[in-house]
Amino acid sequence: MRNYAFAIMLVCSNLAVSQNCKHTLSGKVLDLHDGSILSGATLVVAETESISQTSIDGDYTILGLCENITYSIRILHSSCETKTFYVKISEDTQRDFKLEHHLEELNEIILEGKAYENNTNTTLENNVSKETLERYSTGALGDALNSLSGVSSLNKGNGIVKPIVNGLHSSRIIMVNNGVRMQDQEWGAEHAPNIDINSVGRLTLVKSASALQYGGDAMGGVIIAEALKVPVKDSLYGKTMASLTSNGRGGVLTSELTKSHSNGWYGTVQGSIKRFGDFEAADYILSNTGLIEQNVSLRLGLNKFNYGIEGYFSFFSSKIGILRASHLHGAADQVRAFESNTPLIINDFTYNIGAPRQNVKHQLARIKGFKTFENFGTLSLQYDYQQNNRLEFDIRRGDDRDKAAMDLELNTHTLLLDYENDFEHKLDLKSGLMARYQNNFANPNTGVRRLIPDYDKYELGIYLLGNYALNDRWLLEAGARFDYTHLDVYKFYRTSFWEDRNYDVLYPNIVVEDLGTQVLANPNLKFHNASATAGLKYTFKDNYKLFLNYALASRTPNPSELFSEGLHHSGARIELGDLSFNSEVGHKVSATIQRDHDTFSFSINPYVNTISDFIIIEPTKILETIRGNFQVWEYRQTNAQLLGVDIDAAYKFTDKLNFTHQLSIVKGYDRSRNLPLISMPPVSTKNEISFEHPKFHNLKLALQSEYVFAQNEYPDNNFKVYVPETETTELLDISSTPSAYHLLNFNSSIDFEITKTSLLTVGLGITNILKTSYRNYLNLQRFYADDLGRNFLLNLKFKY
Amino acid sequence: MKKSIFLIPLLILALIFTGCSDDDTTPEPVNEEELITTMTVTLSPVGGGTDVVLKTVDMDGDGGEDPVVTISGGNLTAGTTYDGTIELLNETETPAEDITEEVEEEADEHQFFYIIGTGLNVTTNYEDEDGDGNPIGVEFTLVANAASSGDLTFTLRHEPNKSAAGVATGDITNAGGETDITETFSITIE
Repeated sequence: MRNYAFAIMLVCSNLAVSQNCKHTLSGKVLDLHDGSILSGATLVVAETESISQTSIDGDYTILGLCENITYSIRILHSSCETKTFYVKISEDTQRDFKLEHHLEELNEIILEGKAYENNTNTTLENNVSKETLERYSTGALGDALNSLSGVSSLNKGNGIVKPIVNGLHSSRIIMVNNGVRMQDQEWGAEHAPNIDINSVGRLTLVKSASALQYGGDAMGGVIIAEALKVPVKDSLYGKTMASLTSNGRGGVLTSELTKSHSNGWYGTVQGSIKRFGDFEAADYILSNTGLIEQNVSLRLGLNKFNYGIEGYFSFFSSKIGILRASHLHGAADQVRAFESNTPLIINDFTYNIGAPRQNVKHQLARIKGFKTFENFGTLSLQYDYQQNNRLEFDIRRGDDRDKAAMDLELNTHTLLLDYENDFEHKLDLKSGLMARYQNNFANPNTGVRRLIPDYDKYELGIYLLGNYALNDRWLLEAGARFDYTHLDVYKFYRTSFWEDRNYDVLYPNIVVEDLGTQVLANPNLKFHNASATAGLKYTFKDNYKLFLNYALASRTPNPSELFSEGLHHSGARIELGDLSFNSEVGHKVSATIQRDHDTFSFSINPYVNTISDFIIIEPTKILETIRGNFQVWEYRQTNAQLLGVDIDAAYKFTDKLNFTHQLSIVKGYDRSRNLPLISMPPVSTKNEISFEHPKFHNLKLALQSEYVFAQNEYPDNNFKVYVPETETTELLDISSTPSAYHLLNFNSSIDFEITKTSLLTVGLGITNILKTSYRNYLNLQRFYADDLGRNFLLNLKFKY
Repeated sequence: MKKSIFLIPLLILALIFTGCSDDDTTPEPVNEEELITTMTVTLSPVGGGTDVVLKTVDMDGDGGEDPVVTISGGNLTAGTTYDGTIELLNETETPAEDITEEVEEEADEHQFFYIIGTGLNVTTNYEDEDGDGNPIGVEFTLVANAASSGDLTFTLRHEPNKSAAGVATGDITNAGGETDITETFSITIE
């Protein structure tokens, strides 16, 4: 009713009617997301006060429109956001209008890999469906993302899962959680994203840096996790899900409840608990790989037609055990571990999590408000605060036994001001400003030299993004962003390293204090980064789309690349950063051809990513210490190039029988040295045959085959180590890649209606049915143990 | 009224920026409590004579400088039995912290191994034991049998499997655990 009132108010700005007024405007009203027709939508022409409705086929016709007048047409639909479109009439015009769907999202099932234009328009976005997210309820966010083509994951065991997008990971991927860019020490290879998979309603992946509103440094891509929208109506709904797994002998309990009001107020509370003991490979227990995760999130908001405010808070806490047998001192210990086919330490199953382990807590608070101004657009302002506390426990001696070896606290405050225009349907504009302050505090009480130093970071960013619809078929997009970063760092350097790197000559002025064996330095680093995007989308033959996009990304080196200097226990190696690094600059060109069809759909997405000053870490020498010999890995900048293609295809044999196929290929090269890049995902293909019987309790059965080839291109970083016990020099093979493997997975679900408004879904899944013993090139644990064995999963979901 | 909502976060941010920008306190250096910088193996001839001292010092721990290895007191004498003791120090602290004490407190989780290189004709024997009757190896005897030369390596393992085959008699092969310290000395027996 409120909207009608508003529409009538608009009528006050009436226009004089003259000249030729016999034109008609006709077309369809469609859902913005999937193009489905919206029947029963009301179109109000403000200037003429005329009202018309769409037919059952979504068609409308408005008669008696005058030449050379721009009409404002307000479209209302019970399950959509009301929107005003402006149409200039010069003849009989055909126009389709698209509305943003609201209510139906609650029960929505997005098809995997289906386009959902929201964050960018000229790169294909991939979505992980709610169904898939629920299926991975016991896993990590990275596991669910792994189901998309072009995505793999960098693992440390099975608890730490980092997404790799088109060959890139960590700082090269932006993770956005409910509109907040995650600041959770994402640079480290063993730092998993701190997002509870069960709190995510929609997960979107943009495989390029073109979503400039989130940052200009997404060399690999942007991952966006959001909660589902809440309808503006009186309602109370929720779900509770319990999952049990045989592997790890644990499970997850998660629950969510939403209350909404027709006056726009809404609130959601969600929580989950995850608990697992030691996981198992096909033939043995992976000792000390248990995990505990506890999460709570709260959301409270007011959603009015032209303004709104929302507060969001989430607390994420995890305790993840690291395979005991992977903790080693020095290269000679590595030789022993590598020679053994099984982990050197295998204990009985336990729920206890000893050292080594990580305890991470992440808190996120966000407040966002928006206001829409007629004939101007929407302004929104967001402030968010994040605190990340990371404790890493090692195997230690004496009084330090129970003390963390690493204790970092990262506090981040961000202020965002965004503007989105609303007045011209053909040109969509988005722009914004970002200010961020970050402080890292490395607790000195650990008794271990700081791996990451104390720093203050100040960032400012500004962006402008726009897309212009030439006509129904062609859409152009362009954008630019500028970021300024200032790092104010206090770091203790070992004098030996300081002089070895010639820093005493290069940076004599930044020394604050000379302690003999150590030097306290205060580097102040400034980075100016430009990023941009340009692209087009062409729709042809009704169900074909072509996306073409170029993205320029610039990334400030992360603290680990700049300041690492010391032993990294988890890799049994010494890592050295470089103070003199400048920003990485990437140029990614990607194309996608997509066919969206009932029986046969596909998308083919080739890309080339050329990155100058790409920062890689590689072994350079062996260092003798009193603890034995250690490998030294040094960061260096080079020119890199990644090429690849992602293919998705789906074929419907009958209404009930589906086949889907996925293929991901990526190749990475160091162009300066003409070598392959390390840790590039091997070629992989997934094929699934699924059977659906909606009439019989919505029965779903799926059998999936996953084949991962051996990575045949890798740099040779092997080196020789003298082992005193045997008086021999052994080759430590850290480069060779594991052989190809094939996994077979089964998944099923069936629905039971309990009452009119509640539904019970029972799911049964088996992963690694054949109990294949395999090692994954992208799992840092692969040197010491096999990957996971068979797992039975039982999933009960109660929706109410 | 509604505009005031937007002012709240601005105020918060303003407070944060002013609150932190004056923070000029420098961080304090980390006390590396567990670091072992120095291992001294003292070999005293039974019945008197000059001690032979094998020493390795690595002041920057995992840093870029190689450990400094020295042998003082000359060569070993053939046919002599030596009482051996090992001392571990963290000399980055003043006074130097005695790490040997920590090792002895957690005796069941530590064991020294003496690895005799090809050519060197010595025999070693553990002279101490932990609560379970297994060797620790801080104290030992070394018999210099006949004139010869070769490498002698001292290795301290943390959390070894002392009940594995041969470990209690000093064979490192099945010991497992992590290497806390290891150094090889070139020994000559005259």
